[in-house]
Amino acid sequence: MGRVRILKVTGPVLIAVWTLVPLLWLVSLSLKGGDHINDGRFWPTAPTLRNYRTVFRTDLFTSALRNSIGISVIATVLSVVLATLAAYAIARLDFPGKKLILSVALGIAMFPTISLVGPLFDIWRSVGLYDTWPGLVIPYLSFTLPLSIWTLTAFFREIPWEMEQAAQVDGATPWQAFRKVIVPLAAPGVFTAAILTFFFAWNDFVFGISLTSTGRARTVPAALAFFTGASQFEQPTAAIAAAAVVVTIPVVAIVLVFQRRIVAGLTSGAVKG
Amino acid sequence: MTAATAPAAAPPGPVGRVQRSNGRTRAERRLGWTLVAPALVAMVGVTAYPLARAVWLSLYSYRLTDPAGRHFVGLSNYGVVLTDRLWWSDVLTTVAITVVTVAVELVVGFAFASVMHHLVFGRRLVRTAILVPYGIITVVAAFAWRYAFALDTGFVNHVFGLGNFAWFGHRGSALFVISLAEIWKTTPFMSLLLLAGLAQVPRELLEAAEVDGATRTQRLFRVTLPNMRAAIMVALLFRTLDAYRIFDTVFVMTNGAAGTETVSFLAYRQTITRTALGLGSAVSVVLFVSVVLIAILFIKGFGVDLARARGER
Repeated sequence: MGRVRILKVTGPVLIAVWTLVPLLWLVSLSLKGGDHINDGRFWPTAPTLRNYRTVFRTDLFTSALRNSIGISVIATVLSVVLATLAAYAIARLDFPGKKLILSVALGIAMFPTISLVGPLFDIWRSVGLYDTWPGLVIPYLSFTLPLSIWTLTAFFREIPWEMEQAAQVDGATPWQAFRKVIVPLAAPGVFTAAILTFFFAWNDFVFGISLTSTGRARTVPAALAFFTGASQFEQPTAAIAAAAVVVTIPVVAIVLVFQRRIVAGLTSGAVKG
Repeated sequence: MTAATAPAAAPPGPVGRVQRSNGRTRAERRLGWTLVAPALVAMVGVTAYPLARAVWLSLYSYRLTDPAGRHFVGLSNYGVVLTDRLWWSDVLTTVAITVVTVAVELVVGFAFASVMHHLVFGRRLVRTAILVPYGIITVVAAFAWRYAFALDTGFVNHVFGLGNFAWFGHRGSALFVISLAEIWKTTPFMSLLLLAGLAQVPRELLEAAEVDGATRTQRLFRVTLPNMRAAIMVALLFRTLDAYRIFDTVFVMTNGAAGTETVSFLAYRQTITRTALGLGSAVSVVLFVSVVLIAILFIKGFGVDLARARGER
C-alpha cells in the first residue's frame, strides 16, 4: 500500500511540474530585459515589464490580437448555431441520412487541412476573400462543425425531452416550455461546444499564415511566427515571449473556469459508453 | 422514436399517440434536412470543392507567377513527387515523429489518467493543470520549447552542462525537441480520453481478479487494458492522424531545416512559398490519400468502433 500512497502524492505533483514548467519559463523569459535575455538562467534576475509595453505598442501585434478575437468569436457563434440546429435534428428527429452526416463530420475531422490550403489560396484570391476576416471564418466554421455536432448530439441525446410536454400539460405555452425547461438543459452542451470551437480558431496556424498577408486579417499565431522585433538590431525573443503570455491568459482563464465542461466535451464525442 | 416523444418544434397538428400519419413523417423528414443542411453545406463546400480542385490542379504544370504557362501534364507531377528523395526523407521524418510521439503519449497519457482516476481530492486542480497545455496555442508552445533549447536564450544547456550543443543543428536532436514539444502539448488530450475509458472498466471485475490473487501487473494487462480497448483505439486513431499532419511546431522551431521537414510542411512550401500550385497540389493529394489509408488501416485493420467514435453508443 505504501507504493500506492507515494504515487498518489508524487503523481499529481509530476503532472503539475509537467504542465507548468514550460509556462513558467515563458513568463520568466518575457520578464527578462535587455542583456539578461541570453543569461542562460531559468528565472529573470531583474524582472521588468518593458517587453509588455513594447508588444502593446507594436501595431503588428495589436491588429493581430483584434483579428484573432474578432475572427474566433464570429466563427464560434456561427459554428455553434449551425451545429445546434444539426445536432437537434440528429438527436430528436427521424429522417434518413442521419448516419451519413455523422460520418461526413468524422471524415472532415480527420482531414489534413494543409491539403486544402493550396486550392483555397487560389480560390480566395480570385473571389476576393484572400486576407479578409470571412476568408478565415469560413474554413474555421467548416473544421469546427464536426466537433460541435458530435458534442451537441451527445448532449442532446441525454436531455429528457418529455419534460417539455409535461410542462405544456401543466399549462405552459410551447415557448415557455422551451425557454424554461429545454434551454437550461441544453445550455451546458452548447457552451462546451463554443469553448472547443473557440480554442480551435484561436489556435489555428495553417490557415492563418496561408490565407492572409497583412495586418488586415493576420491572426496572432501567424503574426508571432513572422514577428521580427521592434528594430532590426533587437532580438524579438523577449517581445514574442510577452505576446505569447498575453494570448495564453485567456486560455488559462477559460480552463480555470470551465474545466469540467471542457473535459465533458472532449470525451463525449470520442469515448461514450 | 414514437410520436409521444416527437418534437414540439415540428409543425403543429393533432398529436397521434397511437399511429402517426404519413404527412407527419414527411414533415419531420423535411424539417430534419432543413436543420442539417446549413452545417452540411458549410462542411462539404469548403472541403469537397477545394479537394476536387487540388486533384484537377495536380494534373497541370501551374505556377501562380506564370498563369499563362499553365499546361496539362497528366500524372507526371505525381511521378516527380514519388521519385524524389526529398519526399521520401520527409515521409520518414513524419512517420518517425508520429510513431515516437503517439507511443510516448500513450504511455505517459495512461500514467496521467491512472493518477487522475485514483485521485480522491485535488481532482479539479490536477484536471485544470492538465488542460492548460491542451488549450495553449501550438505556436506559443513551440516558441517556449524553442527558446528553452536555443543556444542564445536557452537554459537547458546551462542547467544540464551541455556547453554549446546546437540542438537545432542536427536532425536527431532537432526531431527530439520537436517531438518533446508535441508530446507536452497533446498528452493531456490523450490522458483525458483514456481517463474516460478507465471509468468504464467494471469495478467488480477488478475486485474479482484481486480476490483470485491476480498481481497488480496481471490486473492491468488482463483486466483493465482489454476492457478499455475501444477507448485506447479511438484515442490512438485521433492522435495518429493529428501527429501525421504536424506542421506548426516544425515551422516555428526549424522552418524545415536540418532534415526536419515533414510532409505537411512540404505541401505548404510548394503551394504557398513557391506558388507551384500544380506540384504542390500533387503533394497535397498524396498527403490526403495517405491520411485516408491510415484511417482505413485503423478502422478495418484494428477494428476501431466508429459508432462509438461518433458518440452513438
